[in-house]
Order: sequence, then structure tokens, then C-alpha cells
Amino acid sequence: MFEEDQPRPLLEVRGLTKGFAGVQALKGVDLQVLPGEVHCVMGQNGAGKSTLIKTLSGVHQPDSGEIRWEGKPITLPRPTAALDLGIATMYQELDVVDGLSVAENIFLGHERATGGVLHVKKANAIARTLLKRLGHGNLSPSTEVGTLSAANKQIVSMARALSRDTKLIIMDEPSAILDSGEVSNLFRVVRELTAQGIAVVYISHRLEEIRQIGDRISVIKDGRSTANGLSVTDTPRPELIRLMTGRDVENVFPKGKPVPSDAPVVLDVNNLELLGHFDKISFTVRAGEILGFAGLVGSKRSEILETVYGARKASSGRVTVNGKVLRPGSVTSAVNAGIGLSPEERKSQGLILDEPIFKNVTLSTFERFARAGHLNEAAERDATREQIAALELRPADPDRPARTLSGGNQQKILLARWLVHGTSVLLLDEPTRGVDVGARSEIYALIRKLAAAGTAIIVVSSEIEEVLGLADNVLVIDDGKVLTQTKASDIDEHGVLDLVMKGSAA
Amino acid sequence: MSEQNTKVAEPPTNAPADHRAPKASPLQGFLKGSAGRSLGLVIALALLFVVGAVTSGDRFLNFENLLTIFRYASIIGVISIGVTFVITAGGIDLSVGSVMGLTTVIASLTSVQLAAAQSSWVLMVLVALAVGVIAGLINGLVIAYGNVVAFIATLAMLVGARGLAELISGRSTQIVTNRDFLRVMRAEVLGVPLLIWIFVIVAIAGWFLLNRTTFGRRTIAIGGNLEAARLAGIKVKRHLVYLYVLAGLAAGIAGVMMLGRTTAGTSTHGLLYELDAIAAVVVGGTLLIGGRGTIMGTVLGVLIFSTLTNVFTQNNLDTSVQALAKGLIIVVAVLLQQRFAARGPRKREKPGLQKAAA
Repeated sequence: MFEEDQPRPLLEVRGLTKGFAGVQALKGVDLQVLPGEVHCVMGQNGAGKSTLIKTLSGVHQPDSGEIRWEGKPITLPRPTAALDLGIATMYQELDVVDGLSVAENIFLGHERATGGVLHVKKANAIARTLLKRLGHGNLSPSTEVGTLSAANKQIVSMARALSRDTKLIIMDEPSAILDSGEVSNLFRVVRELTAQGIAVVYISHRLEEIRQIGDRISVIKDGRSTANGLSVTDTPRPELIRLMTGRDVENVFPKGKPVPSDAPVVLDVNNLELLGHFDKISFTVRAGEILGFAGLVGSKRSEILETVYGARKASSGRVTVNGKVLRPGSVTSAVNAGIGLSPEERKSQGLILDEPIFKNVTLSTFERFARAGHLNEAAERDATREQIAALELRPADPDRPARTLSGGNQQKILLARWLVHGTSVLLLDEPTRGVDVGARSEIYALIRKLAAAGTAIIVVSSEIEEVLGLADNVLVIDDGKVLTQTKASDIDEHGVLDLVMKGSAA
Repeated sequence: MSEQNTKVAEPPTNAPADHRAPKASPLQGFLKGSAGRSLGLVIALALLFVVGAVTSGDRFLNFENLLTIFRYASIIGVISIGVTFVITAGGIDLSVGSVMGLTTVIASLTSVQLAAAQSSWVLMVLVALAVGVIAGLINGLVIAYGNVVAFIATLAMLVGARGLAELISGRSTQIVTNRDFLRVMRAEVLGVPLLIWIFVIVAIAGWFLLNRTTFGRRTIAIGGNLEAARLAGIKVKRHLVYLYVLAGLAAGIAGVMMLGRTTAGTSTHGLLYELDAIAAVVVGGTLLIGGRGTIMGTVLGVLIFSTLTNVFTQNNLDTSVQALAKGLIIVVAVLLQQRFAARGPRKREKPGLQKAAA
């Protein structure tokens, strides 16, 4: 299974299968994790990653297959069995208790106590040592966890793992809840752990991240291993995408024709300011142009977008759409003038999940279909069917609840909403968040097509590569300031990061 | 691993590559629909009728008694329909009962009755409706623009309106002397009392408003996802004000009906009606967290409670036993709803199942 010169695997999984009533979640997964390595497990949504994690942490029992720990076959009949062996799992929804202190959380389930009386001081002292090992000696053990950021809650969760003499930590998409600064901090902590000989299984579908942190990669597709222990440095990105999706992904970012210089300015943002968030910002977007906001999380990209849209009330400045000045702080004014926003958090800000597709599509326009306040659902369904056909939205049934759709198709609902509305300016905040790698190129092509039809578009994404690939022009933003405005073809990811680093150093 | 081959049938919570809802059988699909939810209530109501018929026989099963049940349901029914809108939008209105009391007190003030005697009985109606609308407007403004939680804002109105009613009336009962008003309110159309007709008309209007108009769509959208509705360009705050005004208006209508039925205005009218209304709305199948509302369900919920009362009264049973039965019905109804109606979406909402599959 592994070459002779490699050390003995800490964890070895062979031919793992697991079925639930009617669904075969795992159909044969292999995995070898070496001591002290960061082993990335990749796969699209539904590939079986979480079932694998839950099997390794003792939550689920495999139907067949073998798990070996330090060479010996083991069974994990319940979560504590995994913990006792030294396998800790850090779930995406952090299992910390907000009302308890840092130390109390660290020792949750194995409290330091005699006859039920807690040793508070001793626990705090051990907690402090553990936090120091993670490079977070500044976290006080008596702080209430509810007051901590998501990043620090993760640290607490890791300290808990360490408190149990853990040899392997499984992290389920740990970066999903962090911003870029916090992610680099997380990486530092992960390296501290591996330096101490602890192995990390790192679950993610963010390719860039895996390049930065991973040693080796295993890929799962449809419950089966498609690659095992690939070297991170030697495996090209398209190969990983192919392994994850089973398809070759070429021309991920379709390039459009250059925007003609005489194209009319559709959106004119003049000295827009939101006190405490960003300073006076000015830019324009022409018909058919895609403008990208490049910057790290915390650069206030989304805040700028939301202020343009009126979801936040600007302190000063002016937004003009097709020559019409918008009322500050009024979404309705922006929508009526022809701006549409596809928000960052699709599920909590964009969709009514239990309502059918068509009511989500016409959320901004149902009044237009109505006559004297009397709804015309037939017309709404027809308009939705048109968009379903145009955007290849699946399932093609206007009455399906939005909740049952995949991330990519939910994104299409939002695009359809503004297409029905006929907006001339589209603001897209994280248009591919939670969208499978395979479905992303489809979204990119749609955005490009909209621009070709004359829509002015702003794209904001935490993936700098996506912004640069999609946009014609780019604003590099950091801490609420525009560092530079340039053609997307004149700058690369390193250029953006250099600018941001310089900007924050200044 | 051989001893690990446990074949425990677990729910396919982690169903990979399947983002669609599990296929439901036609029966399940029907039960999940609004018709199915109403069907359950109709069955419950039918059962109560069977109990009534068995225990009281002809005393229960006659047209007069049927009218009694409906008359009893009419006032709380009108209030419940107003509350249905507020709850569908994710809000709550605890003040409807005491606002109704306040409308009866103000509309039956000597000065108002004098003015009505000189002009028309309609004046009393208009005063009652206006009081309800103003109370609702205050609720709505405080909630939407003052950013006060609806529970607290309407709780304050509940206490305040009752206090105001006591102050104005001096805790005395104000008899309605306007003969025209009483004559109209006691009129019968096609052998059915006007009170019941008002309930029927309000129910039909409410159903149309919720299901067939932009107002209803906005209401459901706000209850389903307030932020999404706001970002789609819906004027959320303004609509919230309208909703509480609507609930206040319903309380005003109920106040007029109460004046007609009891021929008196008093500050004790409508005591605890807010709880009866909420119970009827929730038993009817409207989600307390908003996003789904059913007028039909509310009407059935109100009828179930009034039939229950009628059956108990016919059998000379203690009102305490009746209250106990009411409590049981509420819990059982909500438990059944969770089984049938909300099975799909609620379950998948749980963290760690859907998200962890990402």
C-alpha cells in the first residue's frame, strides 16, 4: 500500500463502506495517514466526506472494511472509543458551549475534579499550557467562550483535543467559518500541531488552501476513493478537479470581448462613504463590463456592495444608475432604478427556502405580475419557466421548494430573479460560495453571458483567482480603501496580495 | 471489523449526491399539503361532533345549537384571522384581547352614544374600528421603526390598553342604548345571525388577502425570510406596520360584535382572548416562526375550540376539565403537525447533517 521508505501509517483505512436506508454513502474508501502529516481529503458536496469523518470518529459504524490504528485493527463503537485512542474530531459546527469558560470547554466531558468538585485553578493552569502550545497563550482560560470569535473557538476546540493526548485531529472544513487573516493563523496552528507529531486530516474543497497547508491529498468521489496519498506539490490543479468531478474542466473563466470605450456608464459611484467602514470611494461600471473587487475578508468589499445597494445607509456620497440618483439607505430605490444584489449568504439573505422556486424568482417582481394587488401566479410560473430554460436550472419544476436545490441552482434562482426584473446593474457577492467545482464554470459562463447582453456587473469573491478570472477591471481593496484600479489582465494573485500587504504595512 | 457489521437502519440523513427531497408517497404528499393539514382538523372536528351527538343527542345535533357554536366562534374567530397574518409574517400580537376591550369601552362612551343618537349608529362602529386601527398602528410603529421585539411591544399594549379601558370606564359596565345599533347587530340574514355572517365575510376576505394578493405574498415572504425580502426590494418595515394595523382592525371589528352580543362595553371584554387566538392559529397549522399561514386552518381551529366548549357545556362539565382538554388538544395538534407537515424541511435544517455534507 505504501512505499518502504515511508514511516508506518498512524491510521489506515481499507475498503470502507457504509450504507444508510436506501443510500450507499461510502462504496470503498481507502486512506493512509502518516504521523505528523497534514492529509487533505477532498471531494465535492455529497462525495461522502462527512460520512467518512463520522465513521472515523465513532459516530457511524462501517458496513464493511478495515480500520487500522498504529498497525492494529480497531473498532470504534462509539465516539468515546475514538477519543480514547487519540482521534479527535473538530466539526464545522464547533461543539463548544458558549456559556462556559475556555477552560471548562477544554475539559468538557473529562473534567478535572475530585468527588464532583472541580479543580478550577488546576484546570485553568493546564488550559493555559495547552493554549500556549497552540501559540495562543494570550487567550485567558476564564474567558466565556460565547464572547470569542469563530477562529478562537476553533483554538479552544483544538486545545480540547490536545487535552486528551490526541495523535490525530480530523478537521471538517475548518476554514469555512474563518476570514483570510484567521485562516493563515489556523495554518500556523496546524503546523505547530504537526511539528509536535500530531497528524491532521484536513477536509476541504478549497484547492488553493490545500496547496498551502497540505502534505498529501486523497480524493473521494461518489463514496469511492479516486486518489490516495497524492503529493500536494506534484499534483496539478486540473488533475485534482478531474479527480473530484470526473470531468476535465477547461476554460474555467470564459473571456469576453473587451468592453467598448464608448459603452455608456451605467453605475456611477461618487465619493461613497460609510463611516467606520470605508472612506470616500468612487468608481464607474459600463454596460457590459464586469468589475471585480479583489481583497481579503475584512477589506469591507461586501460593505461597499451593500451600501451601493442601499442595504446600508451611506454617510455621504452619491450612487447614480442610468443618470438617476439613488436615495441613500433605500433598497427599494436601488431595485426600482435597476440594481440587483445576489447576497453573500444565499440561504439566509437571498432565498425563502421553504417557498417554491417560482416565488423565489419573482420575489422582486410579483407585484408587477399582479393586477390591482391580485396575484397572477400563472404568469409568474411562465416567467420562471423561461428562466429555468435559459439558465438550465435544475430541477426544471417551478414548484419545487428552493431548499431542495443544490448551491449552484440556488445561485441560478437569484440570477433569474434579477433577469426577470430586467436589472441593468448586477451586484454578485460570492456568487460561487457553496457551489461545486463542476457547477462553477456554468455560473461563470452565465455571468459572462449577462455581461455580453449589456448588464453592468460587480463581482465580489474571497477567491482572488475568481475575481481576476471573471472581471474585466479590478479594484484592489483593503480596509475600506481602494489601493488601485486596473485591468484584470494586468495583475495576478501575487500582485493583489503584494498590494494588500504593502497597504496594511503602510 | 467483522463484529462491526451492524445493520442498524439509520435515516439517510447524510444522503450523498442527493440534494433533492426524499420522494414522498402520494398520501404523504397529500398530507403535507395544506389540504392534508386541513383534513386532519376536519377529522378532529368531526370526532368532536360525534362525541357531542353521542353524549347529548338531539340537544347537540340541531340547527340552533350549530348556530350557537358558530356564534360563540365568531368573535374570537375574527380576532384570530387578524392574528394569523401577524404570525405568518413571523410576528406576534398579544394585545388583541385588551385592544378589543378598549374598543368596546370607547365606542360605548356616553358622549359617543349621544353623538351616534344624533347622527347614526354607524358612528359607534367607526369609533371602534378607529380605536383598533390606532392601537395596531402604535404596535406596528414601535415594532418596525422602534425595533422593539413584537412580543414586548404588544405585551406593553396588552397591559396599557387594559389599563386605559379601566381608567376611561371607571371599571363600570357601559350599557349600549342605541336601538338602531342593537337592532342591526341582532339582525338575521337568511336565518343566520349577523355575527356569524361577519365572521364568514372576514374569513373569506382574509383567505383572499393572504393567498391571492401581493399583500399576502409580502406577508409570507417576510415571515419566510425577512432579510431576503428586504434585499429583494420589499418595503419590510412599512408592511410590518400594515400587519399590526390589520390585527388592530380585526380587534375593532370583534369589539363591535362584542358590543352587539353583550349590549355593553366594559374593560373586562376580551380577557385572555389573545391566548385563545394564538392557540387557534397554531392548532390550525400556521407556523409560529412565520413563513406559512392558513386562514382555513385558523377557522377550523376556532371551530374546534368552540365545539369543544359546546360539548362540555351540554354535558354540564366543569370548565376546569374543559381547560385541561383544550391544553391537550393544543399539544396533540402541534405534535401531529410536526409529524406530518413539517417533517421534511425541519429535519434537514439540523446542523451537522446537511452542512457537514458540504
